[in-house]
Amino acid sequence: MQKKSLTQEELSRRWENIRRNWYKFSRNPLSITGLVMICIILFFTIFAPFVSPYPESAGKFINFYEASQPPSLNHLCGTDAFGRDILTRIFFGCRYSLIMGVTVLLLIVPVGVVLGLIAGYHRGSWLEIVIMRITDIFIAVPPLILALAVCSVLTPSIFNAMLAISIAWWPWYTRLVYGIASSLKEEFFVKSAEVTGANKMYILFREILLNCISPILTKMSLDMGWIILIGSSLSFVGLGAQPPTPDLGSMVADGSKYLPDQWWISVFPAFAIMLIVLSFNLFGDGIRDTLGVERG
Amino acid sequence: MGRTIKFIAKRLAFSVFVLVGLSILIFVIARVMPGNPARMALGARAPEWVVERLREEMHLNEPLYVQYYYWAKGALHGNFGISLVTRRSVANDIKAFFPASLELALYAGIFMGIIGIVLGTISGWYANTWVDNLVRIISYMGIVTPSFVFAIFFVLIFSYVLEILPTIGRLTPGVVPPPSVTGVITFDALITGRFDVFFDALKHLLLPAISLAMGPLSQEARITRASLVDNVQKDYIASERSCGIPERTIMFKYLLKPSLIPTITIYGLDFASILGNAFLVELIFNWPGLSRYGMNAMLQKDLNAITAVVLVLGLVFIIANIVVDLTVGYLDPRIGLGTERSSE
Amino acid sequence: MTKPLLEIKNLHVWFKVFGGILRVLDGVNFTVMSEEKVGLVGETGCGKTTTMKAIMRLLSMPPAIIPKGEILFKGKDILRMNRAELQQIRKEKISMIFQDPTAALNPVFTIGTQIQDAVRFSGKSGRKMKKDEIKARAMQVLKEVSLPDQERVLHNYPIQLSGGMRQRVCISMALVSASELIIGDEPETSLDVTIKDQILRLLKELVEKHNTSIILISHALGTVKNMTDKVYVMYAGTMVELAKTKDLFAHPLHPYSKGLLAAIPRLTGGGIGEGIDGHIPEYINPPKGCRFHPRCKQVMPMCKDKKPPLFKVSEKHEVACFLFQNFGGDCIDK
Repeated sequence: MQKKSLTQEELSRRWENIRRNWYKFSRNPLSITGLVMICIILFFTIFAPFVSPYPESAGKFINFYEASQPPSLNHLCGTDAFGRDILTRIFFGCRYSLIMGVTVLLLIVPVGVVLGLIAGYHRGSWLEIVIMRITDIFIAVPPLILALAVCSVLTPSIFNAMLAISIAWWPWYTRLVYGIASSLKEEFFVKSAEVTGANKMYILFREILLNCISPILTKMSLDMGWIILIGSSLSFVGLGAQPPTPDLGSMVADGSKYLPDQWWISVFPAFAIMLIVLSFNLFGDGIRDTLGVERG
Repeated sequence: MGRTIKFIAKRLAFSVFVLVGLSILIFVIARVMPGNPARMALGARAPEWVVERLREEMHLNEPLYVQYYYWAKGALHGNFGISLVTRRSVANDIKAFFPASLELALYAGIFMGIIGIVLGTISGWYANTWVDNLVRIISYMGIVTPSFVFAIFFVLIFSYVLEILPTIGRLTPGVVPPPSVTGVITFDALITGRFDVFFDALKHLLLPAISLAMGPLSQEARITRASLVDNVQKDYIASERSCGIPERTIMFKYLLKPSLIPTITIYGLDFASILGNAFLVELIFNWPGLSRYGMNAMLQKDLNAITAVVLVLGLVFIIANIVVDLTVGYLDPRIGLGTERSSE
Repeated sequence: MTKPLLEIKNLHVWFKVFGGILRVLDGVNFTVMSEEKVGLVGETGCGKTTTMKAIMRLLSMPPAIIPKGEILFKGKDILRMNRAELQQIRKEKISMIFQDPTAALNPVFTIGTQIQDAVRFSGKSGRKMKKDEIKARAMQVLKEVSLPDQERVLHNYPIQLSGGMRQRVCISMALVSASELIIGDEPETSLDVTIKDQILRLLKELVEKHNTSIILISHALGTVKNMTDKVYVMYAGTMVELAKTKDLFAHPLHPYSKGLLAAIPRLTGGGIGEGIDGHIPEYINPPKGCRFHPRCKQVMPMCKDKKPPLFKVSEKHEVACFLFQNFGGDCIDK
């Protein structure tokens, strides 16, 4: 049922739609700035082993001859206390941040969305009550605190950090989709699909899900930034990625010991975090305006 | 009035449910931890029989639901067990550390509300002018900068370069704290009339509170601006103008009130970010609060303390949300009267 | 002849948008005499509301710009008034009733707050009213629009009232601050069919009772026919025809007016008319010459590059169409 072959007309209509949205998106210089920044970041992170000046600095490398050097032509962002090139470590750190953001989204979006769809579609039944009350419990703690707590009882590692963020973050997708699905349930087109005897799966995943796509996409693009921010907070206190993994949060934490004299060790990673979050924010805002999703 | 009481009662009942759920959640998370909490508490060199006795004491050898029963029984009596690290009563620790965190969160919350709304309002009134652009750039920066980065830079700037504001602790060493009435130093100082202490405490509060508030206040400013710009186009503003109501009354009364509703609605979420980031910021400013206590507990896997701290902060967050909902319901009759209808 | 109360001369309103300039109003001329009831008809999007908002200076000024034109109220140009003069006009001379009363009432203030503020700022220049005086006046206008239980309505929020009641409240607010001219911008559109008529009849009664003029924009052509003395037909930002209501409905001249009137079922005529093909042109690149020519069935070569002025076909009947060029009248618009 899902794999309906698309007619030529439908394809061209979709293409037209994409083109119109792109036009709208590209009219806003801020959105384009965000997109370009994301592309640049992606380039440097994907090709980090090739474009970074000292790829060996990403790991356990130690070179005390070059330790704690200020920014220079050799080391654009200076070196840390072990003589590792900061710029290289930033490239690799961004890599971990992006992987973290993508992985968390891949984990939570399907779960959150499916639960939200089910709860919304079965409004009034026990399924809704169970799902939404569990969601309420997870939402009752500020996400960063829940993530910290989960991290703290597990062995600190980048994977467990992702798990912890996922546990703290999935309920927001359930809430979002639940809100839309439960109001759509009464809409005419869903009713008519029901009357014509359409498969329940078809109604849920085609009729209703299709109408949640814009808010979900918007939320995902904005959440990328927030997840990276929370991830860096976790590793800042040592509950995320462990050394020698180059992680932006822990680089800031390490560097802060050498402030203010060797400022570059913490300042540049901090800028990197801000830059990533900023670009996803600009991009996400652009997506929201383009798709006409409400704020908040 | 009856409506409001009904609403509060409903929310409180719901909060009890959420707290119980939350305690189960935290409890389960805490107990799935690999390794032996008793061993960790006692250290590697403690003899095996001592570890075994502590396990007995903590009911660690029994099934999970029995453990939870013992824990919940204690928690109901305000007993969250013994900290595995400090060997003190967790409940007493929380009582000792909570006021400092409350004070910090309170001031951060106030800064966030006032500064955020003022900036957003200015930005919205002067939409698309240089003032607006400046505020928007600042708020973008505020949103994307992690609060721990703000904290580090404030510490750096003010302890090495400017030396105007203190960056450590709640009071200057040597200043005698006022007798504890509420535990919140600024309040105690005001109550006992010690204005010098009040200002000293305020100075100490300023940097951590602003580090915490920067992100959320930027968010508040952006939401306020967006809804002002949106609402000024509404028909009711045109209609009020056409009735000859002066611009000043429209701006301060008829435009501001509906525009603040979204701002206040997301206040709860922003407060969550203050509570969460306090874990990092209190650590950096060496602020003797519950969040720093909780952070240390997490770093040392002090299960009883972690569980209690998360629950207490969860409770604070729930209360904050009730206050937000009440305020929104009071400001917006569409919501306030809606609850009446749905509860009938 | 008496002097007109409101006279719009050659009004142009453009909107600056990202893709260019929307030339929405293209030389609108419009006159309202004292105590006159004027109807304004045309399709959605033809610039009726823009014209009315321009009168009250309610257009937000970017993106809107007014490159030329005057709006004379008792001989004084509203567009060139200073803040205080404009405020005086809004306070006591002219007021506007909007399409959707739900959107036109502030959702988070009680009716009482809103009406009483309208009363407080309704002028009688400079004299401060006492609190109970304000309340009494508010109750009085609510009574005038036949709202029952005024005391309770004052304490209600808009959400607690029905659509019809909300529109009555809006009318009462307009009454308070309009001693000379009320602008009704489709005041019935968003209401239930059964209430539409009541509201329009109420409006007519009130206007006649207070000797105010009214500009009534409406899609309900039947009502316009019954309620007004004079009708303007507007198309794509230009006035295409004006006549006494009787004359217009009996003998519409402009091809657009003919189509518009044919689009409503008539009691006397035979069924539903043909209507007009196509829709309002884009305002970024409006058609040259007569803006109606792409849709006109009687289009002539000259329509495509010259804009037709208003030709007088009789004392009170003018039409902007070259078909009537040699009808004997003078051209009133150079």
